[in-house]
Amino acid sequence: MRYAETGFNLEIDLSRGSIERVATDPRLTELHLGGLGTNAKILWDRVPPEVEPFSPDNLLIFSTGLLGGTPTPGANRTIVSTFSPQTLLMAYSMMGGFWAPELKYAGYDKVIIRGKSPDLVYLWINNDKVEIRDASHLQGKGALETAELIREELKEPKAQMAAIGLAGENRVYYASIEHGRSSASRGGIGAVMGDKGLKAIAVRGTKDINIARPDEFIELCNEVLQYIQYRAENPIKGVPPILAGIGSPQEMAIDDEQWHTTSFAWGNARHRRKDFWTKEIEEQWKKTQEKAVERLISCHNCPMKCGAIVTYPALGVSKYMMKCYSKLTYTMAAMSDLDFGFRIAGHAQEYGVDGYTTPQVMAFAVELYEAGILTDEDLPGFPSDNEERFFWLLDRIVRREGIGDVLANGVYWAARHIGKGAEAYDRNTIKKHEQIPIKLGMLNPIYYIMWSTGEKANITQIEGQLPQAPFPTRELREEFVKDWIQVPDEKFKRFILDWGEPGTSFPDYPSIDLICDLVDWQETMHYIDDATGVCAGLSSFPLKPPYHIHNLPNFISSATGIDIDEDGLWEIARRNRNLLRAINVRRGMRRKDEKPPEDHWRKRFPEYEAKLLDEYYKFKGWNKEGIPTKETLDNLGLDYVSKDFVERGILTDNEGSLSKEASA
Amino acid sequence: MGEKKKKIVKTIKVDVDKCNGCRACEMICSAFHASPKYSSNNPARSRIRLIREPLKGLYLPVYAGEYTPAECAGRDKYVIDGKEYDECDFCRASCPSRDVFKEPDSGLPLKCDMCEDDPPQEKPLCVQWCIHDALTYEEREEEVEEEVEQEEMEIGLESLVDKFGLQKVMDTIARMSQKGENSKAKEEV
Repeated sequence: MRYAETGFNLEIDLSRGSIERVATDPRLTELHLGGLGTNAKILWDRVPPEVEPFSPDNLLIFSTGLLGGTPTPGANRTIVSTFSPQTLLMAYSMMGGFWAPELKYAGYDKVIIRGKSPDLVYLWINNDKVEIRDASHLQGKGALETAELIREELKEPKAQMAAIGLAGENRVYYASIEHGRSSASRGGIGAVMGDKGLKAIAVRGTKDINIARPDEFIELCNEVLQYIQYRAENPIKGVPPILAGIGSPQEMAIDDEQWHTTSFAWGNARHRRKDFWTKEIEEQWKKTQEKAVERLISCHNCPMKCGAIVTYPALGVSKYMMKCYSKLTYTMAAMSDLDFGFRIAGHAQEYGVDGYTTPQVMAFAVELYEAGILTDEDLPGFPSDNEERFFWLLDRIVRREGIGDVLANGVYWAARHIGKGAEAYDRNTIKKHEQIPIKLGMLNPIYYIMWSTGEKANITQIEGQLPQAPFPTRELREEFVKDWIQVPDEKFKRFILDWGEPGTSFPDYPSIDLICDLVDWQETMHYIDDATGVCAGLSSFPLKPPYHIHNLPNFISSATGIDIDEDGLWEIARRNRNLLRAINVRRGMRRKDEKPPEDHWRKRFPEYEAKLLDEYYKFKGWNKEGIPTKETLDNLGLDYVSKDFVERGILTDNEGSLSKEASA
Repeated sequence: MGEKKKKIVKTIKVDVDKCNGCRACEMICSAFHASPKYSSNNPARSRIRLIREPLKGLYLPVYAGEYTPAECAGRDKYVIDGKEYDECDFCRASCPSRDVFKEPDSGLPLKCDMCEDDPPQEKPLCVQWCIHDALTYEEREEEVEEEVEQEEMEIGLESLVDKFGLQKVMDTIARMSQKGENSKAKEEV
């Protein structure tokens, strides 16, 4: 018997209309766990680097995590992986909600979609009965509206739905896949779904998930629930309210937005407004939020209330659901206010676009217009009112109408298409993908490495657990480390205790060795979550989370019966991390692509930054180009990757031995 | 009429306003009632179900109650605080008109037993896992008419009798026990 996982994937070929239930190899679970790890393995094996994202040979994989759907609190993430039309690299985005657990109850760990349907269809997975159904009547419908219509049509109110809106149908490079209060938004995976002619996947399941060592396992679950309650009563002292608790940032519950509005950049990642948060704004925004938020809601089997029902109408629905940060991305990109943010975010969600990228693209267009690079000829009928401009642009982007067709490819490609100096306004992309806009003074060496080398296209999926700034007093530092059980090593506590003393400021502090350790720890914890399906909001993202390197191995072992200790888990995460990198390296990613947005910090240190990259690559067992060495790959059991790299000339045996010397 | 007797009645108070719609109650209920305990989970086997319709503002945890062989005539609507509920939403019965509170494989009815356990649980598991207190446990003393509690198996058998008739169920059990005896006899040979 298989435990925690079902042991079956669903293989759908939309070109042939075929549906197969395929048993999976349990050995892959031991090597990669599941979720992102096994997704990467499938993409490496089955999608050669020449395959274009909009090719029928590209795969679109919807995966559960290894612990998803078990009673593990917060193990509910759906991990969607494919190749991105925007970055041309591996895209993966994840969403919370209820979809992945339902897929497990239906008896599958993953849905793997290949081919293309000539007509718009949706997939209906009802336990063993799986159908490809006509979706022509849903063409152009909003994502949430589509979900409601399918539920009615199937007479199955308990079906969970992942759907695209108009943007996905029109292959907008930053189209999302929407699932009620959650969405998998990054990397344009919704465009791949649209390209495959797939409007939605509905799933309903009523089967069991088995647990290998039940008593031990349930005890761990109870401990996590108790710790969540403890953390609710014990917020971290000395940090802004938005960082004090656990969960995804509590944007729906908290109306104090001083930290985001004064630290992050407005407009096209350009303006910092340090004095924005006034008493007047505070009162006005509080009122707006109270009016907007009807109820705080959770994902599957998680007590955190990171989402909300928002009482603003959006296209075909009278209310919508929101999570986390999209209330501010539109607000700040348009230099507007919170009411505008709530108004436009609902429309954008129904169209199915990424809440990070979309406002950036529109702010970029507005700036080009103001600079005279885009003119009235490019934007016929462009409104004069700022807020109306954003609605106007949104409508055109999702339809790929006029200038919208260019902007639908994102800032990087649009800037190069428009020319006339537009490239200079592309100031917030990494690897062709828009980032959360931040503008800071002094280079932060820890974040420098995370922004540069991360392949997840979103800093919140790389960073976590580590305070972002030193605590103001020694007492607060001591208090913080006192019960900091989550650290893998005592040296991180010493760092926090010292950080803030004279002589401990960036960029020369801390030592590069410690920087590498800090980045590696933060990133590794995310790679574990991405494989288990535990939400980062309870694990790798916040300060002092309930899940950490010391209890996750026990969760995995007791749930699956596969005995894994801390070192073993760390090694699996490293294997998955290197496999993901290898996939991107095979598609051409190199050191030149690994840099933060130009404007991210005012004070930059090119030589030091180069050294940071060199040292981190070395630490990771990668060569000077950021390519995992033969030795690194072989030690992780990825010798099939190193063999491929040598055959393709990406690695030479010589290079392998060189980095051996370097890492010794 | 049975004899009047004082009895501790175990109840769960449901505060729908506090429900965050996470379905933890369904998860832990199905895990607790697995055999061996916690060895599997499946919300479809849960003896509590959450009606969750976010866009309609419905968050309604309902406990499985008595099995009923016939569906009732009631299909009325209730509007409470501007939210529309089906009369059936509130109903605790495992009934022929719908697939809730039935084992997904056998269709046999499910009923909340307040997590009877040895040693006893302090509170039912769904209450323990509902950390927002949408579900709270209350005991109160009541005078009740003494009534023999139906065993779980009896409820199941009753539904089978309703479906197939008493004679057929008895015949089947007789046949099954015969088979059991035969196979035992064979093993011994």
